[in-house]
Amino acid sequence: MKKLINSPETVVTQALQGVAAAHPQLHVDVENKVITRAGGPTNGKVGLVSGGGSGHEPLHGGFVGYGMLDAACPGEVFTSPVPDQMLIATRAVNGGAGVLHVVKNYTGDVLNFQMAAELAGDEGIEVVPVVINDDVAVEDSLYTAGRRGTGATVFVEKIAGALAEEGADLAAVAAVAREVNDRSRSFGVALSSCVVPAAGKPTFELGDSEIELGIGIHGEPGRTRAAHTSAAELAQVALDAISADLGIQGDLLVMVNGMGGTPLIELYLMFNEVRQYLEARGARVARNLVGNYITSLEMQGFSVTVGQLTGTLTRLWDAPVDTPALRWGR
Amino acid sequence: MDAAVFRAWIVTAAEVIEANRDHLTQLDAAIGDADHGINLARGFAAVLGALDAAPPGTPGAVLTLTGNTLISKVGGASGPLYGTAFRRAGKALGDAADVDLPALSAALDAALAGVQQLGAAREGDKTMVDALAAATRAFGKAIAEGASADEALDALTQAAEAGAEATISMQALKGRASYLGPRSVGHEDPGAVSTALILRSLRDAARAGR
Repeated sequence: MKKLINSPETVVTQALQGVAAAHPQLHVDVENKVITRAGGPTNGKVGLVSGGGSGHEPLHGGFVGYGMLDAACPGEVFTSPVPDQMLIATRAVNGGAGVLHVVKNYTGDVLNFQMAAELAGDEGIEVVPVVINDDVAVEDSLYTAGRRGTGATVFVEKIAGALAEEGADLAAVAAVAREVNDRSRSFGVALSSCVVPAAGKPTFELGDSEIELGIGIHGEPGRTRAAHTSAAELAQVALDAISADLGIQGDLLVMVNGMGGTPLIELYLMFNEVRQYLEARGARVARNLVGNYITSLEMQGFSVTVGQLTGTLTRLWDAPVDTPALRWGR
Repeated sequence: MDAAVFRAWIVTAAEVIEANRDHLTQLDAAIGDADHGINLARGFAAVLGALDAAPPGTPGAVLTLTGNTLISKVGGASGPLYGTAFRRAGKALGDAADVDLPALSAALDAALAGVQQLGAAREGDKTMVDALAAATRAFGKAIAEGASADEALDALTQAAEAGAEATISMQALKGRASYLGPRSVGHEDPGAVSTALILRSLRDAARAGR
């Protein structure tokens, strides 16, 4: 294992110290692992808290700032944070209008956020959770833990964050978060595994000509293993799976996301394939993101997320945002 | 069994989890995300610190402190699930200074109920419940049939280990392994294995304590 680390045990805290040094507009509580906007909560504004395992950077800490999240709680690598962290974050961002918890649908994240919401409720803070479950690779059925939360999390945090910034109440912010989740779907493909620092070796072995289809964001194997093929065919596999479940029409918000170890040149190439597929079906890629936004350490691969836009959602997507990883209009 | 035996249980469990850290993590790498052993070992190390910092006076308090610390330190699904198991067991024991077999059996039943309430897993879903449910059932049955403490605790341990082994042929219906669908078959569930290790630690500590 070759990694730019000092020891596996200190990866998360030392990275947080770097985040603090790089971004003075953030307040980083390194001991409790909570990232908030510097300057404390905005009075009367709904607070947005998200969190999850580390190793997905820039998610979530990179999305803390004006127009997006108020706080992020990073756990250990690929391990959900604990209720204590979430409670500290929830208290810190409560400006009196309640707090939205943006929770990716993984058993650990859901259970810990559930416990945190109960504790916050005991303190009189109104909390509404919204669970993100956009990954079409997993069947939402009695036979699974339900669809995973992946790329749509970025869309939800941006759009719900924009509405909260406008002063909307908690019910409205939660409603738009759910709407974005309902209108978005994702599919991921891995060309390589990744190495959890504390484990020291790849989570799974993958042959030179093999890929994993239908991966999540934790370096876990996907639904099936297949032979590697062209970008055009991989775009088709991903978008066939998405379009089986989501109408491909009208204005779309599309993210081609790198899993951490994919060069940008390949992501742009993939975005071009994705755009052609969607346009051939009569839809328009009205807004896009191409880059590394929700990663799995150094994994090679990509995910594609397609969201149906409306006039309101487009306006909220375009609204000013000022975070380490997304910044425009301000 | 007094607080010292319960403390010895947790200390033994911490040692056994640490010794099996890489094994549990490897099992998790096959069908999950390769962190189960790492996270549980980190959690139990924190529990040892908490037990030393403020030694609890009753069996129930030992288990409650263990559960609270696991919830605060582990994260993932394991933190809430194992933490809740110990908290519920601790609550069931109340403030009794000494615990007999039926009380211990009731506490383990409460642990199982807590885990199932939180995680909604049933037997056969390929989770820690497959070890815990088999173990509590065997333990209760042995006690009802008049078994000695040694016999009942052996029954508990053996049923837990058989329950864990039975997960190999199951397809996961809960937790992260469920994303693999049929590909989860053929692997032992790491949560069931760690649960069996923790229950074996209970037997070993109880045996050494008498």
